[in-house]
Order: sequence, then structure tokens, then C-alpha cells
Amino acid sequence: MAFHTANGAFAALAPVALTIEQGRFVSIIGPSGCGKSTIFNIIAGLQEPSGGQVLIDGTAATGTIGRVGYMLQKDLLLPWRTVLDNVVLGMEIQGVPLHAARERALPLLHRYGLSGFEYLYPNALSGGMRQRAALLRTLLFDTDIILLDEPFGALDAQTKLQMQEWLLGLWSDFGKTVVFVTHDIEEAIYLSDEVHVMATRPGRIVETIAVPIARPRARNATLTPEFVAIKQRCLTLLTAGADLGEAA
Amino acid sequence: MTVQETSRVGSALKLPHAEQEKITRRQKPARRLPAQKDWPLWAIFTAQIGIFIGLTALWQLAADTGVIDGFFWSRPSAIYATLVKFFSDGDAWIDISFTFRATIIGFLIGTIFGSLLGLSFWWSRNYAAIVQPYVICFETLPKLALAPLVILVFGLGLASKIAIAAALTLVVSTLTTYAGVKAVDPDQERLFYSLGASRYQVFRKLVVPFCLPWTISVLRINIGLALTGAVVGEFIAAEHGLGRQILYAGQTYDIALVWVAVLVLSTLAVFMYAAVSWLESLLRKGVRQ
Repeated sequence: MAFHTANGAFAALAPVALTIEQGRFVSIIGPSGCGKSTIFNIIAGLQEPSGGQVLIDGTAATGTIGRVGYMLQKDLLLPWRTVLDNVVLGMEIQGVPLHAARERALPLLHRYGLSGFEYLYPNALSGGMRQRAALLRTLLFDTDIILLDEPFGALDAQTKLQMQEWLLGLWSDFGKTVVFVTHDIEEAIYLSDEVHVMATRPGRIVETIAVPIARPRARNATLTPEFVAIKQRCLTLLTAGADLGEAA
Repeated sequence: MTVQETSRVGSALKLPHAEQEKITRRQKPARRLPAQKDWPLWAIFTAQIGIFIGLTALWQLAADTGVIDGFFWSRPSAIYATLVKFFSDGDAWIDISFTFRATIIGFLIGTIFGSLLGLSFWWSRNYAAIVQPYVICFETLPKLALAPLVILVFGLGLASKIAIAAALTLVVSTLTTYAGVKAVDPDQERLFYSLGASRYQVFRKLVVPFCLPWTISVLRINIGLALTGAVVGEFIAAEHGLGRQILYAGQTYDIALVWVAVLVLSTLAVFMYAAVSWLESLLRKGVRQ
């Protein structure tokens, strides 16, 4: 997937070139207002770039919706639908008959920690469970690419760690391409093959750092010198960006 | 013990102000969380019936002894006699059915079309912006003032009463449903579009179910408004209806009949209110499915 943009008038984003290989887990980190969400909106076709284009598998996908799964920080589950019916929403919109969609979703709900919750309404679920349901909804919407915009931002630290493991499990099972936006440097490095660090005013990618740590990664991988070095590098880039931003 | 010691220290240090404060604090009565005991249901019920009987008896007594003028105020015994007569040899059921039909049909038309109009504003912001001032104009307009005109246009029959009842309810439903439309989370819409949804799909799967609770919440207000509309229509000109009965009785100084018609009207209102509340709870359950 290649991705190019040059936003003119407001220069929310400087020209950004982002190429993501199929099946990889890639993170984007950066300060607030650096245009992470704008990039996502452009990829998802929800916002028209003032210049440039989005290519998915080499074909033009600028301004087309329904090509990628997009999950926002809020779970956005519909309160009048059960968890199961929320999860099948994407398939339903794509025209899959409801019973077929439910049949496909049920085993996944069971496998990925939502058994017993299928027929409950979202307001009966904890934050972590709601995010699981929202993520499964994104996954079941059959696209090769999934955009996750700070999916764990609102969760407590403990739940967040659990959810990271859960997400990695899902990712290795499904083999989808994941683009992950987060504020949490450690989360970004731990999950990803590649971390793109962004800076603000104008929003741009300042550096792409590969994470060569072998998978599956143990939790204490975050303590290895290799990991700490990458984290150090990210921190330096982010603080440098912040200083520049203030000076500007 | 400790308190005493401190107070002694206070007096030893000759701090009269602090001493004073200590004393008041000690003497202040311990305040407890106010608790109210709930009466059993039968006690509440007895009290309610008792008040009704008491007031009726007082009324009868006052009219009989001449404290209030029995001619203008009538008296419970006369009202009861008129009530029996009203149902045994009057047009009671014709009147009730007339008012009831006008109310229900007006309520349905006003609520359904009002809700649809409110929902339609979601489809185009431009259209909503253009139409909105007219809707607000129509809301602030005292619609009952137009009633004589409505009677002229729709005639003396049921149609004019339905029109007034519908006009009163339509605006409330429109504005409330429109408030629901405006409250739809834009992120939720973005989610639908990111899943490749068409506008129609967003409308049917997101906007309509989201606005339903708004629409439902005005049902009870609307049934009251529809009844008002129907009765006012009957006041102005009608051949049947409880409103006409009230007006006619008032003009012929048959005060007992006024009370009877009002009583029957309130009973009708209570029944319709209960029915709509039941419908509301039913719909709310449906919305959850």
C-alpha cells in the first residue's frame, strides 16, 4: 500500500509518503494534532486529500469508502443492538444475509473472549470487552487492511496490556495488515514491525524505525537493551519535534 | 476525655473565642440523615379515596346550606343524577366516540407525519436550513387561533377536529425528532461510512433507531395536545362531541351537565394516557431488540 498526500491551503499535513507492506503491523506515533487521524481519514476515504493519492494493492483508492476496516478510539457500539449484532454490522452493510453473518461471527466471539456476552447489550460490558467487540466488528468486515486509531487509549493500564496480547493473537491468526495509531511509545514498539514517528506543524513523518525484535515477543522484551534503544530514539524524535513546534 | 482536656487547655490559655466555639460545638445536637418512612400502598390509597369523599361531601354540604350558590356550582348529587341520565338516555356514547376518534386520528396523523418530517431533515442540511424557519414559525403560531378558519375549510364534521389535533401534535413531533437527528454522533456516521454504507443504510440502521426514543418520548405530550385540539374544535362548531356538550350545557346553565362532560372527558383522557404509556413501554422494549 502506498500513500501520498500534500494538503495545500491549511498544510495540516506536509507531503507524506507512507508505504506499508502487506501483513505487517505498523504503528504511527506523534504528538496531538500532527495529523495522524487525518491520514487515517484519507486512507479510509472519509476525507478528500487536497493532493496526492491512496493506493491499495497498486490500485487507486483515493476517496473510496469500505476498502479498509477503521476503528476509532470510541467503540461506537450501537446501544440498541446485541454484541453479536454489533459485530456483524460491517457484513450486514456489505449485504451478507443476517443469519449467515451471525453464523460466521459466533465462533469468533467464542474464540476471542466474548462467549457469554453475545446476546448482551453493550452497556452491560466493561470497557475492555466493548473494545474487543468493536475490534471484532472491524476484523469481520472483510478487508485486508485495518486502521486502529488509539483503540486502547481509554483503557486502564492492566486491561491495556491484556488487550495488546489479545490483538497480537488476532493479528497472527488473521494475517491482516494493521496500521495502529497510539500515544504510547512502548505500546507502539511492542506491537509493531515498524514505527513511524510524526512531527507537528506541518504534520509529517520524520523517521521510520524498524523493530527487529523476533516474534512472538515476551512481555519482558520491553526491558531488553534493543527495545530501550528504540524507545530512546522515539523519545528523542518526539521531544525534538515538540521543541521545534514551540519555537515555530 | 480528650474533649474535656482540650477545653481545659483552651480556658487555661484564656482564649475566650476558642472556648466559646468548643462549647457550641459540643452542645450542637447530633443531626441525623432525614429518613422518611414509606406508607403501605393501602394507606396511600385510603388517603386518596378519603380526600375525594371528603371534598365531595364538603361541596354537597356547602351547596345545601347555601354557603356556595348551588345554581352556579351545582352539587354532587345533581351531577350524579345527570351522569346517570347522560348515559341512560343521552347521546353519551356518540359524543365520547366522536371526541375519541378525533383525538386518536389527529394524534396518529400529527405524530407520524411530524416524526417523518423531523427525520427528513437528516437527508439534506440545506433543505433543513431552508425549512427550519417555517417550522419554528408554525411552532410559535398559536394554532388554536386558526381553528375558526380550519372549521370553515374542513367543515363541521370530524375532519376539522382531526386537523386541529394533528396541527397541535405535528410540530412537537417534528421538532423533537429533529433534535434527535441533530444528536446523532458524527463519529458513528463516520464508522458506518468507513464500512462502506450507503446514505440509505446509515439512515435506516443508525438515524431511525437512534431517533426513536426521541419520537417515543413525545407520545404522552401529544395525546394531551390532540385531546385539547379536538375539544377546542368542538367548542367552535360541531354537531357532536364532549366539547360541544360542555359548551351547550354552559350556555343553557345546565352546570351539572358541564361537570358530567368534564368528568367523562377526564376519564377518557386518563384512559388514552394510560394506553399511550403502555404503547411507549412496548416501543421502548422494541427499540432494544
